[in-house]
Amino acid sequence: MTPPEWLDDDAGPVVRPYALTRGRARSSADDLDLIAMVTASGNAPRDPAEISPEQWRILDITARATSVVDIASDLDLAIGVVRVLLGDLQDQGLIRVRPPAQVAPLPSERILKEVINGLRAL
Amino acid sequence: MAFAPSDEPVALKILVAGGFGVGKTTLVGAISEIRPLRTEEVLSDRGVGVDDVGGVEAKTTTTVAMDFGRITIREGLVVYLFGTPGQERFWFMWDELSYGALGAVVIADTRRLTDCFPSIDYFEQRGTPFIVAVNCFDGAERYEPDDVRIALDLDPEVPVLLCDVRRRASAKVVLITLVEHALKTLTAAQR
Ligand SMILES: Nc1nc2c(ncn2[C@@H]2O[C@H](COP(=O)(O)OP(=O)(O)OP(=O)(O)O)[C@@H](O)[C@H]2O)c(=O)[nH]1
Ligand SMILES: [Mg+2]
Repeated sequence: MTPPEWLDDDAGPVVRPYALTRGRARSSADDLDLIAMVTASGNAPRDPAEISPEQWRILDITARATSVVDIASDLDLAIGVVRVLLGDLQDQGLIRVRPPAQVAPLPSERILKEVINGLRAL
Repeated sequence: MAFAPSDEPVALKILVAGGFGVGKTTLVGAISEIRPLRTEEVLSDRGVGVDDVGGVEAKTTTTVAMDFGRITIREGLVVYLFGTPGQERFWFMWDELSYGALGAVVIADTRRLTDCFPSIDYFEQRGTPFIVAVNCFDGAERYEPDDVRIALDLDPEVPVLLCDVRRRASAKVVLITLVEHALKTLTAAQR
């Protein structure tokens, strides 16, 4: 994806990535962990015209549970911007967010052993 | 302990830290699929020569690229690698990155060992399990891991190993050593 002009890497030292979020830098998803898992709820938006193209893409990607970092990486958007977009979707009940504490309270011994074996097999 | 249902994906976070130019990016690239990830650095909470947008918070930022890689262990089990930016002005990101992290790899270069002190202090204070991986640069004098341990004043249980972060096999051993150490720390805490 080609980022919009004002997100261009060559834009100079001071850029305004928050143009996508209509200038807002804060949202209900501010504390969203980088590896929190996001899943589209499947609910239809009340006002589809309010959903930005980037948010449609997020809903598309999160048809399967996807982490916040993977969303940011897939969309090539900065993490803070993605948090604002996710906050809006969350406020509208369009996504569900599972913080990592809920995903794995502490990685279990079983999981860690699986990771060790998986790394050995790489 | 509660098990995540098998259809709930599990994501784990590993940090790669160390001084400037020590091989963080090289390590992440040697072992994982590097992916673009950008975060923003707040320059100031007031616009710097930027028109104020009426009524909305003007946050002036630059976007900075981060080292980010993912290793898929299996469907539903992913390990994310994050390089922690070395320069002091990026320290604001460390708390967020290390929150909930499984552990950290601190890369050291024997020619400037003190560069990794801040990383070691940080993870010691946070109680994040970490290991020290000594990246053997060409032409650098070889030290035994135990010499490095003494020089860095590390606790005896902290693993120290020599590595070449350019080699995938070596990067693999580094990560396995870390996860084994995290596992040991976890089981010790449960006893
Ligand atoms: N000879 C040799 N060169 C290495 C080794 N590891 C890294 N390098 C080189 O050292 C340089 C710095 O490595 P990076 O991986 O970019 O280091 P970094 O820690 O990400 O650096 P910063 O992000 O700038 O702090 C690169 O040119 C690497 O190719 C090594 O083991 N041996
Ligand atoms: Mg780097």
